[in-house]
Amino acid sequence: MAKANEIKYLTAIKTEKPKKKFCRFKKYGIKYIDYKDVEFLKKFLNEQGKMLPRRISGNSLKYQRKVSEAIKKARQMALLPYVTDLLK
Amino acid sequence: MGVLNFWFIVYENMIKKTTFAPHIFFKPKFRVMNNYELMVIFTPVLSDEEFKAAQKKYTDLVTGAGGEIVYSNPWGLKSLAYPVQKKTTGIYWVVEFIAPSTFNETLKIQLLRDEQVLRHMVTKLDKYAVGYNARKRSGVSYKNEKAEAE
Repeated sequence: MAKANEIKYLTAIKTEKPKKKFCRFKKYGIKYIDYKDVEFLKKFLNEQGKMLPRRISGNSLKYQRKVSEAIKKARQMALLPYVTDLLK
Repeated sequence: MGVLNFWFIVYENMIKKTTFAPHIFFKPKFRVMNNYELMVIFTPVLSDEEFKAAQKKYTDLVTGAGGEIVYSNPWGLKSLAYPVQKKTTGIYWVVEFIAPSTFNETLKIQLLRDEQVLRHMVTKLDKYAVGYNARKRSGVSYKNEKAEAE
């Protein structure tokens, strides 16, 4: 028989802290986001070609705005699709 | 007579004021020059000579307006991400140039009139963009930074 003050969990408790997200542009000092570099911009898109939100990509607001501008330019110039399936 | 004389003086002063307009005679010679990047998608039916002629036409336009070509990069035939004017491929041309800010309107008119052009876009480059393009041209890889960022 277990002691009364001993707490038992059904699932294992998370002991590791989740990794903190960071803005890669701030961290690595990237000042300009090129709209011609499609492979780089694809990191910020999901499979439907939609942009990933900031809470997932971890970008700061300043650079998220720049990424969105670059992606929209690339879409205009038919480098990236507006809508698609299976982008990656 | 005194009243008439008074009005005459007023009238004379008005003329003097209107004729003395220094901004008409001394136009500032300094023009604002900016760095721009132009990307054009030409129709895929162009031959090599036609493509070169089209490039020359626009580079001449830039130099004619007192601008200067920094770097011209013909990408060549590339498939489009979605059909444009029922075409699935296009010939890309990217050119970086320095030109006065008033030049863009004339360039735009020429590009829109040209039937060989499917799409075009002019981007103003800030100092970071100029630096990035220069580094990319000189072969210093920007990719390493990105690989780290991954």
